[in-house]
Amino acid sequence: MSEIMLELRSISKTFNPGTVNEKKAIDRVSLKVRRGDFITIIGGNGAGKSTLINAITGVFPVDEGEIILDCIDITGLPEHKRARYFGRVFQDPMMGTAPNMGIEENLALAYRRGRRHGLSWGISARERVLYREQLGRLELDLEGRMTQKVGLLSGGQRQALTLLMATLIRPKVLLLDEHTAALDPKTAEKVLRITEEIVTGDNLTTLMVTHNMKNAIEHGNRLIMMNDGRIILDIAGAEKKKLTVEMLLEKFSKVSGSEFVNDRALLS
Amino acid sequence: MLDTLLAGICQGLIWAVLALGVYISFRILNFADLTCEGCITLGASVSAMLIWKEVNPFLSVLLAFLAGCAAGAITGLLNTRLKIPPILAGILTMISLYSINIHIMSLATGSGGTANLSLLTFRSNTAYAQVSSLLGLGRVNSALMFGVVVALAVSGILYWFFGTELGYAIRATGANASMCRAQGINTDLTKLCGLALSNGLIATSGALLCQYQNYSDVNMGVGSIIIGLASIIIGETLFFGFRNFYMKLVGIIVGAVIYRVVVAVVIYSGMPSTDLKIMTAGIVTIALALPVIRKSAASSRLLLTFKNRQNNRKARRQKKKQARGAVEGGRRNV
Repeated sequence: MSEIMLELRSISKTFNPGTVNEKKAIDRVSLKVRRGDFITIIGGNGAGKSTLINAITGVFPVDEGEIILDCIDITGLPEHKRARYFGRVFQDPMMGTAPNMGIEENLALAYRRGRRHGLSWGISARERVLYREQLGRLELDLEGRMTQKVGLLSGGQRQALTLLMATLIRPKVLLLDEHTAALDPKTAEKVLRITEEIVTGDNLTTLMVTHNMKNAIEHGNRLIMMNDGRIILDIAGAEKKKLTVEMLLEKFSKVSGSEFVNDRALLS
Repeated sequence: MLDTLLAGICQGLIWAVLALGVYISFRILNFADLTCEGCITLGASVSAMLIWKEVNPFLSVLLAFLAGCAAGAITGLLNTRLKIPPILAGILTMISLYSINIHIMSLATGSGGTANLSLLTFRSNTAYAQVSSLLGLGRVNSALMFGVVVALAVSGILYWFFGTELGYAIRATGANASMCRAQGINTDLTKLCGLALSNGLIATSGALLCQYQNYSDVNMGVGSIIIGLASIIIGETLFFGFRNFYMKLVGIIVGAVIYRVVVAVVIYSGMPSTDLKIMTAGIVTIALALPVIRKSAASSRLLLTFKNRQNNRKARRQKKKQARGAVEGGRRNV
């Protein structure tokens, strides 16, 4: 068992190459994620944060570089084959669940993540007990509504459910892509609290993308800042504990030579 | 009249199998699949050709099902591998099936370009004739019983299938493909499975239809997709209150039967059968437009009521006053 859980070796991705819309979304990014790390990733719009997450999960192939997960090279694996290793929560609450299926049916899909889907029953009585218990952890009173369609849930409830689905089978790495950005502040705070509980409770290796500097500082043991497809700051341990929003802004302008322009990050 | 009704029910039970197939592609997979039009004829052609070759009629239905699965899989491959949009992928398969169906029927007669096959000389070797002689009942009664058994069996199998892991994965694919991939589901494969099953059922329906009417024709599929949709819509409207998946499937069967009975009565009352297609299109259009019509009716009712208008005016005036007050108040503060 190596200490490094996930390693990115100089990965790059360019969208629409050779056209006027050419965009170098990530540019030779290298990163070593240690087992149990809870890393927050921050950066302005178009900095490459979401592209980085999508490259790791295989939504598209990378142009160059390697992705090593727990000593296995997964660069060539298609998205659905990598899924067994990753738990994912998206920014859009609609993205993480099947709206016309019940809560327990969604959980049953998650419980079989990365396994072959055969002709045995899609859900068993024993599983229902487990799901009820796990839903109880969220404290959203969902355990009594297991057969209800997920489409009837609020955005916050859906994100909490997606979070539970992502961690129902312990993932090697949990990837949160601005999973609270579409929620109102109060709900966002609640979902973040649940996130913190699950991540620290299960000691999960986690990458959390956020627009919110305060959140990025408050959570996790390591902070990464991205700009123009590159990692420009990497702060961990004791140094991260002392960070403030002002210090972060100052560091950003020093490293990138420009102001951190992002209304959402400054206002929140 | 009674005969007309009973014949309508018999036909409806056969079309119910097609409607269940269309339900899988249109509703569960969210895939507007037009393969249906060629696929029902494919089922009929395969079955008719095999009966000419004196194959067991029940086996011919099974083989028609498999042929339909293959056709659906091709549409699936066109869509997932070659990234052709769903409607176009379906049309491409449908068009190719026209030629293929003629080739299949030509196999029976041995002369090329056979566009239809009559089973009149093989009348005693259809599934319906065999069920009839087995039960010792008349043609209509035995066809009714056979139809009910087939429709219930198909809906039962579908109910079981969509409760399995694979069935869950197919349902989730139609609802949210990106979520599926995040959960490790190969959505290309689930789409393929769903389309194969859907078209297999459609071809089964075609095989039964050809054996029921003792006739297979290369043009018999024209408009079948609309008939399938009409059945689904009628079923969903009538069984609106049911959340149980099995009752939804039963609703579709009932919808198909009602549709066929209505058609039988309309034809009985003297409408030329060639006008059927426009009538069906009209029914489906109205049914699809219902939500829009309801909405606009509700809003126009609101606007037209005099009292409401008065109230609205009053409210607007008050709002303006408040706004003015707020602006002035704001100025004073500055």
